[in-house]
Amino acid sequence: MSDAVLTIENLAIALPKGADRPLAVAGVNLELHAGKVTCLIGESGSGKSLVARAILGLLPAPHVRVADGRILFEGADLARAKPAEMRAIRGARIAMIFQEPMTALNPLHTIGRQIDEVLRIHTSLPRAQRLARVVELLESVNLPEPARMLRSFPHQLSGGQRQRAMIAMALALKPRLLIADEPTTALDVTTQAQILQLIRDLQREHGTAVLFITHDFGVVADIADSVAVLQKGDLVEQGSAAQVLGRPVHAYTQALIAAVPKLAAPAAQPPSTAPFILQARDVEKTYGARGLFGGNATKALNRVCIELRRGETLGLVGESGSGKSTLARAVTRLMTVNDGEILISGRDIARMTRSQLRPMRKRVQMVFQDPYGSLDPRQRVVDIIAEGPIIHGTDPQAARKEACELLALVGLDPSAAQRFAHEFSGGQRQRIGIARALALRPELLVADEPVSALDVSVQAQVLALLADIKTRLQLSMLFVTHDLRVALQVCDRIAVMQKGEVVEVAPTSAIYGNPQHPYTKALFAAVPGAHWQDRLTQETMAS
Amino acid sequence: MRLARYLGYRLLLAVPVILGIIVLNFFLIHAAPGDAASVLAGESGAATPEYMALLRHKFGLDQPLSTQFAVYLLNMAHLDLGYSFRNDSPVLELILDRLGPTLLLMLTAFVVAVLLGSLLGVLAASGRNGWRDNLISLASLVAYATPGFWLGLMMIVVFAINLAWLPTSGLDTVGADNEGWDEVIDIARHLVMPATALSLFYLALYARVMRASMLEQTGMDYVTTARAKGQTERRIIFGHVLRNALLTVVTMAGVQAGNLIGGSIVVETVFGWPGIGTLAFNALQSRDLNLLLGIFFVSACLVVVVNLIVDLVYVTLDPRIEI
Repeated sequence: MSDAVLTIENLAIALPKGADRPLAVAGVNLELHAGKVTCLIGESGSGKSLVARAILGLLPAPHVRVADGRILFEGADLARAKPAEMRAIRGARIAMIFQEPMTALNPLHTIGRQIDEVLRIHTSLPRAQRLARVVELLESVNLPEPARMLRSFPHQLSGGQRQRAMIAMALALKPRLLIADEPTTALDVTTQAQILQLIRDLQREHGTAVLFITHDFGVVADIADSVAVLQKGDLVEQGSAAQVLGRPVHAYTQALIAAVPKLAAPAAQPPSTAPFILQARDVEKTYGARGLFGGNATKALNRVCIELRRGETLGLVGESGSGKSTLARAVTRLMTVNDGEILISGRDIARMTRSQLRPMRKRVQMVFQDPYGSLDPRQRVVDIIAEGPIIHGTDPQAARKEACELLALVGLDPSAAQRFAHEFSGGQRQRIGIARALALRPELLVADEPVSALDVSVQAQVLALLADIKTRLQLSMLFVTHDLRVALQVCDRIAVMQKGEVVEVAPTSAIYGNPQHPYTKALFAAVPGAHWQDRLTQETMAS
Repeated sequence: MRLARYLGYRLLLAVPVILGIIVLNFFLIHAAPGDAASVLAGESGAATPEYMALLRHKFGLDQPLSTQFAVYLLNMAHLDLGYSFRNDSPVLELILDRLGPTLLLMLTAFVVAVLLGSLLGVLAASGRNGWRDNLISLASLVAYATPGFWLGLMMIVVFAINLAWLPTSGLDTVGADNEGWDEVIDIARHLVMPATALSLFYLALYARVMRASMLEQTGMDYVTTARAKGQTERRIIFGHVLRNALLTVVTMAGVQAGNLIGGSIVVETVFGWPGIGTLAFNALQSRDLNLLLGIFFVSACLVVVVNLIVDLVYVTLDPRIEI
């Protein structure tokens, strides 16, 4: 096609010696067109971010560099452009937004100054005109009170607002190409929907070509015109969005799409009548009330009540700051609450002393979100798993033997026992984390976002493992997640939390089919690519 | 306005701190054996027990400790630091006399260490792993490992005695009676070596901290953002990275402020600098407890004030600090 804004020809990016493969990507051909959104999708380590950075010459040179191929933009080959030429293009002709709106802005400069910087670098406009333009930009990304935003520092803005500021900065000089590297991954689902809409609107308005890097097929379904799938550095499939999402040809694409949890409820189950394992009554937790000159106190939990029966999985769903993780920490007594009762099999742990609590500890175990930070890097896997039982009086020899059996249970080779955590992938580490939690034979498993840090295919495996273990060991589970698709797949009942309150609790099929609270409805509406899977199923059934 | 309120709050907090220091100092010093009377008696060669008793009575040393403490607190409340029998003059007067030179030495050493250390750190970080970086790292390692007093003595040998570029000791040339600029230059020449000896350790420390901090900040996302805007490398370093990296150094500078006074005792003694350090050393030697307590009190106040200033600087540098 002739209207290509940017053409990547046969791009290869070399990794330093000792990396898992010599080339991060090889033989990548891609065309980006004006007014179109091209999604580059791939799992972590696929090299998708490096492609984005190579375009702007932002690879961490000299270790990672373009080894071969051309990046053609406005008649020049960016892979061979001089630093000064690249600087003239960056920010003006090609702009970029990043994943982490928290860290992508300089914490010491005001928002206004950082947007203004782009104009200062590339234009000779006088100060007053630049200022007017910045205000105009802040308005165009729908930031409230532009005049105040101008003087605000990044930490005074929410994640979504920061990402809006980043977009304003990127669009300041109406670039021909916008590169967005996972711009919504760090955001809440409702905020994500707004940001996606904003990128879509602005891109249509200006006819900008967009290269959108993501790992999320839902996002692809919402925003993409065309899609390219990257697997370990190889571009395995590309085509129009309808084509790739609807009739994927390559086995990898098919597997990826199949791994995305369906936004659909399981069949309604008869309500459980098993005894309660966990009852939280009127739990209150307040943060941040500091003495003398203290700031405002925030209520993290406001008279929260939840109940969980033996053998059941209760999902805690909500956005960041809704109090779902606080509640998870409260029921494990990793944190004390200000008020209320937390009954584990009828015994209130909220007021127990340390020594009273100790025997209770093993009955409730936790699986954490971050598979990198939650395992001691200096302990062997077998010791990580056996430590809990040994503390509770099991013979060390027996505990280690059992640890090896647990490894088999979570689908790891027994040889893993003698290795260290850093030798494993994220999914494997999460399996170790699950084995560690199971080692104490808990009655209640509290899983705090156990799959959020994992790729979608790995996520599916870990979810299957959790479901399998739950039925086999008759566990009860409190499952904290921000991802409604995941919640629908694993939970029997779902509690929706907003601003420290539980706004709705219902069986999974009921909450999906007939959400009552407006916030629940908003959450469902904001799920990216909410209905492409439905459409897909209908199409296949029709044909 | 909020800054003023914060300042008031911090000054309020300083009161119990200083009070605690006063109490602690008093009891620590009285736990040490010997008093001014025994030292005076020892120096005079022979003293009858009656004479010692008379001295003790005159100094108030024969009172019970609790009474001495009460009297001390009462005097402190009037900012009366007592009388140095050894020097035959009020403690406050002695200290104020010596405060100027000490502040001059301290501030010079402090400013030189922070500014030059940060600058070297920036230079080392921007030429990472090049000859500049290696040279600075090596030099800072040497400076790090060199004790201040030894460095002082060596400088005297080399620059004052062998090369005769700089005066060996003192604050100014005795008997020169310089006026105006001549006096300033004279004092500055006397200041060079003690200030170097006092600042070199921290200078090296800041160079290393600043280098590490710069390198850490260079890897941050906002630097990539700035690059993606088309900003030049030089502007990225000075416009974005430097201020973020400085925060670490400022934190450390607060710690250094407390150590400067302790360090100045040694350096002032080596260079015969007529400051509080020499005064403290002599007071300690002669068991002049009143004077020693007074010096402790004044140094404590200095540390509190310097820390407050450092915190204020931090607040103005970092908008994220809520005050």
